Amino acid sequence: MEIEVIMKVRSKIIATALFSACFTGTVTAQVGKPFIHDPSTIMECEGKYYTFGTGGGGLISEDGWVWKGGAVRPGGGAAPDAIKIGDRYLIAYGATGGGLGGGHNGRILTMWNTTLDPNSPDFNYSEAVVVASSDGIEDNDAIDPGLLLDPTDGRLWMTYGTYFGFIRLIELDPATGKRVEGNKALDIAIDCEATTLMYRDGWYYLLGTHGTCCDGANSTYNIVVGRSRKVTGPYLDNIERDMLKGGGKLVVAAGGRVVGPGHFGLWDLGDGVQKMSCHYEADLDQSGRSVLGIRPLLWKNGWPVAGDNFKEGTYEIESERRGYALELAVDFVRMPGGMRGFGRNTDEPVKPVPSQELADVINAWPTGNIGVRIGDYMFRPHQKWTITAVPDAGGYPGGPYYKIVIAGTERAIAATSEAEVITVPTFTGAPEQLWRIDQLTDGTYRIMPRVVPGSNENLALISIGDSTPTLAKFDMSSDNSKWNFKAQ
Amino acid sequence: MNIERKTLSLAVISVIFIGLGLQGCSVTSKGKSDITSKTDGTAKSQVDATVRSDTARTIAPYFIPVTTKTMAPDSDGFIKRWLLLEPISKPNRSNTVFTDSYIRTAFATEYFPNQFTVLPKDGEKVKVGEKELKWHALESTNFNVKLFRFAYGLRKEIYGVLFWAVTVVNSPEEVKNARMAVGSNSASMWWLNGKEAVILSGDRRMVMDDCVSARLTLNKGKNIIRGAVINGPGMSDFCVRFLDENGEPIKGITISCE
Repeated sequence: MEIEVIMKVRSKIIATALFSACFTGTVTAQVGKPFIHDPSTIMECEGKYYTFGTGGGGLISEDGWVWKGGAVRPGGGAAPDAIKIGDRYLIAYGATGGGLGGGHNGRILTMWNTTLDPNSPDFNYSEAVVVASSDGIEDNDAIDPGLLLDPTDGRLWMTYGTYFGFIRLIELDPATGKRVEGNKALDIAIDCEATTLMYRDGWYYLLGTHGTCCDGANSTYNIVVGRSRKVTGPYLDNIERDMLKGGGKLVVAAGGRVVGPGHFGLWDLGDGVQKMSCHYEADLDQSGRSVLGIRPLLWKNGWPVAGDNFKEGTYEIESERRGYALELAVDFVRMPGGMRGFGRNTDEPVKPVPSQELADVINAWPTGNIGVRIGDYMFRPHQKWTITAVPDAGGYPGGPYYKIVIAGTERAIAATSEAEVITVPTFTGAPEQLWRIDQLTDGTYRIMPRVVPGSNENLALISIGDSTPTLAKFDMSSDNSKWNFKAQ
Repeated sequence: MNIERKTLSLAVISVIFIGLGLQGCSVTSKGKSDITSKTDGTAKSQVDATVRSDTARTIAPYFIPVTTKTMAPDSDGFIKRWLLLEPISKPNRSNTVFTDSYIRTAFATEYFPNQFTVLPKDGEKVKVGEKELKWHALESTNFNVKLFRFAYGLRKEIYGVLFWAVTVVNSPEEVKNARMAVGSNSASMWWLNGKEAVILSGDRRMVMDDCVSARLTLNKGKNIIRGAVINGPGMSDFCVRFLDENGEPIKGITISCE
């Protein structure tokens, strides 16, 4: 049973990867002015999203997709991280080290704030306190902190370090942000920088960045991972190789038009949606600049792996429930010909049979609203959907809103006030025609309208029957809630 | 970091230098920790005050002198006894230049007489250009050989350097279908009994079993391993062990320097 489940998940992920390779869309990084290096874990504060970077400051987003400068972090230095504990935010950063000024005598400091909104009257950082340091000679460089609040016992851990020696683990007091008195640093990895920890299903995962930073399109930064049953390690990769001996399984490397992902941050949105933040050393579509990246985080056999952001294209939209495909509720139109019959001459020339085209059937379709159903896929025009991002429509964490239309037409899927789905003859940009597409941790997708007219509920596209879609609450444990996109 | 920012203090410029990919700048770091070595001309003058004050530099605790005739590999099969030559200056601003072609040329260059055949002795000196460099017979206290600490402890160049390493593996019997497994930072080449065994090109981190040779034979008796490691900016080290035909470490051998 376990093997079957694993195979199923694996096949989904592989299929997704194959489909992704066929797509033509190029949106892989964030938009706006997402220019940052060494971004901290993304924090939500009063409806906005924040990430801090090297050099002070950082980015703010209203929706998690369009980013601009404006976040405020004092202290300068490099590579901060952030975590919310209770109703406060703890920020950690390396004030020195990392070769700054030519040496490796680093210091890591932490400070608190009750809000990340620089315009709030409550915006006020506490005095920063040193929690770790390196003397410039020892096998460690106190920079690049990463924070984990252990969900099993509430203890607060910090990893830090670079290629200059070991990655170290220390414990902080979650009430004060200070180093736990008497705590001694543990060496847990080499060959990394920009490390952080995450926890899932009884495993602690140590994420680290390998490769070379700071060389634009030639940067070889990539993110690797090892795991341990104990937060203190040993952190082993998928072939049981200790990260203290260079081990690490790849999570993400360069791809598409972005180069050098580094500085992993987990962004758990709940309901089976996890994202990872990082920076790309160079986005070739944005002048080769260093930009914020947000992409799905998938899990394969107990290991995290970066998914690909959804790419525009024409797809079969397959229900995970039975494997049927979303389609327009129109008459099925037979293709010419039929069973060729047995016993015919096998030496007759073989020739291709043209596929049914939109022009063959569209004139038989109603011109007004048409319903949507789910049916067995026959690669017919009423089953092929073109999905494209809608400019200036904003987005959600990690992605833009999309329109979903029958390929070759402007006939768009829309949510109704009855929480059902229909198609309208022409896409107008109305919010009920905008769709959010999130890849789930198992590699399938969740599809949600931006709004359901007259409702404040967040509903998703669901297979309520094998052949019937509706809008209802998303349930990660049910295949009714999941979809796959197969490129056409 | 917000690269839109135009007015920068000197300190922040340093950060920008690290953080924003040195866009438009040709020099390269291996990581943030290696920023000191990005510019050959200025790196050495930027060594921070702590390091300058490290007047008691030593290769301890990373190495100890060879005191016994032979030693066994460690519990994972790693070879920890080596003759190491003090670093040869070979400036490089980036480790991404270490293509196969580059390192084959770099390692084919004769830096000192008989470099592909000599079995040096501890303390023996060779002349490389105008410099006299010494061989050191050492045992690493770690599974890997930390060349950066070797050079640093001896007050030699630490960046933009090429290291030569030699050791002798004594096998009680012929071992067919063995493999030499190497990790190095950065690029390296390795020979067994005068024959090329493994090449590790590119900008590499030292990862155990990163590159593994084709099947080879460990002779009964003495086998000479020779390696060359080249590094631009950043830390440099290597680890070597032999694997048997089942991929298990070979431990039934001894290591000597003669």
